[in-house]
Amino acid sequence: MPIITPDYFDIDGLLSEEERMVRSTVREFVDNEVLPIIEKHNREGTFPQHLVKRFGDLGMFGPTIPEEYGGGGMNSVCYGLICQELERGDSALRSSVSVQGSLVMYPIWKYAGEELKRYWLPRLASGDAIGCFGLTEPDFGSNPGGMLTNARETESGYILNGAKMWITNGTIADVAVVWAKLNGVVRGFMVEKGTPGFTAPEMKGKHSLRASVTSELIFQDCEIPKTHIFPDVQGLRGPLSCLTQARYGISWGAIGAAIAVYESSVNYATTRIQFDRPIGGFQLVQEKLVWMLNEITKAQLLAYRLGRLKDEGTMRTQQVSLAKRNNVWMALECCRMARDIHGANGILDEYPVMRHAANLESVKTYEGTHDIHTLILGADITGIEAFT
Amino acid sequence: MNIVVCISQTPDTATKVAVGADGKNIDAKGVKFVLNPYDEFAVEEGLQLRAANGGEVTLVCVGGDGAKEAIRLGIAMGADKAVLVKDEERADSFRVVSGIADVVRAANPDIILLGRQSIDYDSAQVGPMLAEMLDMPCVSFVTKLEISGNAVRAERDIEGGKEVVETSLPCVVTAQKGLNEPRYPKLPDIMKAKAKPIAEVAAPSVAARVETLAMRKPADKTGGKIFEFSPENVKELVRLLHEEAKVI
Repeated sequence: MPIITPDYFDIDGLLSEEERMVRSTVREFVDNEVLPIIEKHNREGTFPQHLVKRFGDLGMFGPTIPEEYGGGGMNSVCYGLICQELERGDSALRSSVSVQGSLVMYPIWKYAGEELKRYWLPRLASGDAIGCFGLTEPDFGSNPGGMLTNARETESGYILNGAKMWITNGTIADVAVVWAKLNGVVRGFMVEKGTPGFTAPEMKGKHSLRASVTSELIFQDCEIPKTHIFPDVQGLRGPLSCLTQARYGISWGAIGAAIAVYESSVNYATTRIQFDRPIGGFQLVQEKLVWMLNEITKAQLLAYRLGRLKDEGTMRTQQVSLAKRNNVWMALECCRMARDIHGANGILDEYPVMRHAANLESVKTYEGTHDIHTLILGADITGIEAFT
Repeated sequence: MNIVVCISQTPDTATKVAVGADGKNIDAKGVKFVLNPYDEFAVEEGLQLRAANGGEVTLVCVGGDGAKEAIRLGIAMGADKAVLVKDEERADSFRVVSGIADVVRAANPDIILLGRQSIDYDSAQVGPMLAEMLDMPCVSFVTKLEISGNAVRAERDIEGGKEVVETSLPCVVTAQKGLNEPRYPKLPDIMKAKAKPIAEVAAPSVAARVETLAMRKPADKTGGKIFEFSPENVKELVRLLHEEAKVI
């Protein structure tokens, strides 16, 4: 019997009953509600916005945020499993959910004033509101500290000027968490949709993450109230703390994408006949399947251990870098091998392979590129920073 | 409205099961168990009846400790409480019904819902047998259920069509696919499900009335037949599909 859904080292046996049930529920949801529609959305470059409310109803937004703010009160392993199962569907949808939970709800919960928390968190958790996170700029990606977007204090609030780019959910967001320099120091601000001077045009022409919305955020003398600054966090520590949450989710999510192309490869290899036998009977194809299963299994163990460390409160950001770097890389390699196994069929959207491959090119780059994570780890080993 | 939903745990439909060493049971090693899919329709219907009429949904299940996972899924979906009839033995339908009859009776139900059958042993006996023991009417394989006051109007699947029937509460209803669209449990509710206690009662003292002598896998499929295209062969193919394969 072919090993379809890979759990070669019985990670299930390490999970609690609730964690397994969360995983199974999201898997079933993705099978029923995402997989039947995702290729069409990917082909047409549209975000399945009807799913936002469904995600909210299910409790996928901000699962680790305390329940008193509308969050799920779940542990980090559950959050990881949600990301894994959702990305088994599509990286674009996982990205959208990651942004809402890790990059919008997390900083609001951690840094915003009580009134803003009470207003926005329940709305974001239920999917009644969508959020986005503005850090990256056209000329400042890996080097966010160089950002040009700035804030000026006035009597009644702050005036923002500048532009952000590559912002998931931007055009459809009801609220943006925006990082800008106030007197030369990076600070966090919340900008609500419709604020004069704030626009969020959608970026077109993506070959990747086609089922999510990516936007620019443009601020031209955009004035926001005094309450809309994060009062107690200064410098890059603020946005980087959010990225740690999101990168953590990605390290799980990438496994889902790898599982999707692995499953498709096993099915294909055991049914596609060439030279009068299934191609899965040939050594070169078996080697590829073994490579995938081997790397997926290692990635699962990394993600699982990382999740437990996070829940114990001892996780280091460098460990997140290692897991994100490794797991996204291995998922992308799985896609390339899967494409080989599927032959010419691998380029069709009848199979999920090219969609995941194209998506993962973004995932490899965003939330700290593969190379930047290499340098974070290099600095951790040697004590010498290569990028300053 | 007092609503009782009887559920069971079955192997996942995606699991391939093997016959155990004793030749009478499945080999449970490595088998993933889930809430019986037809019972999901029963639980959902119970929750919808509660939403419309108020009251409580009580789950009743027969099984070992492992069955608590299926019960907690039902609780996560929204059931109020649950009773597990603790029976580690594989029971026939009579022993199952003997185990739950008193528990169900004690709950003083207005309606009892079950899946039309469990997808493992496929007896489809528990619903009707329970109705008989409780002296209630039973409507099986229901695809539509309307309750107004004490009057129950149901549609049920029959060969090639639908049958519309009427009965009255209290009654037993077994759920067929199509009755409703079972909800996904909310993820935070999954985390809370363990906080709700599951009452446990002892297995019934009655013996099973049906004994399993042997369990066998079906014979491996043999190679198919291939016909060249011709009008005669089409006739022959239709004849074989009808008389030999018996699929049309």
